[in-house]
Amino acid sequence: MILYLLCFILLLIGLYGVITKRDLIKIILSLAIMEYAANLFLVLFAYRKGGTYPILEEGREIAMMVDPLPQALVLTSIVIELGITAMLVALAVRLYQKYNTFDITKIRRLAG
Amino acid sequence: MVEIWLIFLLLIMIIASVVAIEVNSKLSAIITLGIVGLGTSLAFLFMQAPDLAIVQFLFEIFAIVILVRAFINPTKHQDEKSGINKFLAVCTAIVLLLIVWQSLDMLKSLPEFGNPKMDTAQYYLDHGAAETGSANLVTSIILDYRAYDTLGEVTVLFTAILGALAILRVKSKKKVEVSE
Repeated sequence: MILYLLCFILLLIGLYGVITKRDLIKIILSLAIMEYAANLFLVLFAYRKGGTYPILEEGREIAMMVDPLPQALVLTSIVIELGITAMLVALAVRLYQKYNTFDITKIRRLAG
Repeated sequence: MVEIWLIFLLLIMIIASVVAIEVNSKLSAIITLGIVGLGTSLAFLFMQAPDLAIVQFLFEIFAIVILVRAFINPTKHQDEKSGINKFLAVCTAIVLLLIVWQSLDMLKSLPEFGNPKMDTAQYYLDHGAAETGSANLVTSIILDYRAYDTLGEVTVLFTAILGALAILRVKSKKKVEVSE
């Protein structure tokens, strides 16, 4: 319960950054924090008390393994996040080249 | 024991994320984000997910390299002050606190930490090794039971990288046309 709450607070801190900040870099960093929190939240569900990692070995009980399904899905999402971050950074760099600022309130003019 | 460690880690990550959002220098913000990411990696290790910990570690290093390369310009280093709308910030903080307060009931209704609901996963645990021949059940799920998910993931990653390259290329292409 307290772990879920802390993880949720981490997500909301990221959301706060995305909503209030004007700096594009800060917005990208806040988005990354939200991604970490979401991944952590999913993996927190998978943990079993006293469990072991889900790799079969000699003398290892299946009954005590943690849930492998959220782990597999989070593995997928981490890789996608790298692509998203790279694309956001590319957009921000292009915007900086065009407007010479990272402040989103100054980036008003449409393309042209 | 694991729970105490995780609470400790999450507190560090919350402090680091607040610092990363509020600090003025860009370089400090990006490095502090690294603390959050490596804390996530360590938390995965505590929760018995070694594959995830390795991938998260690599992701973090790559992300920091990309961010520093893109945003830190040593020749004209200037930290422009990013003022924030005080009124908007206060309103957002109040609304988010209300969300936390309202979500307490929801968080209580979730399965308790340490007792996962394993309906689908129990099948994978029981039959995974026999049906796929993989000792690592996480990879058996990624590459066998949910191979289409992985195909979609690779497509998304490919598209994102292609998009990033296309966005960065526009200017150089125009230059070539002008010079010719």
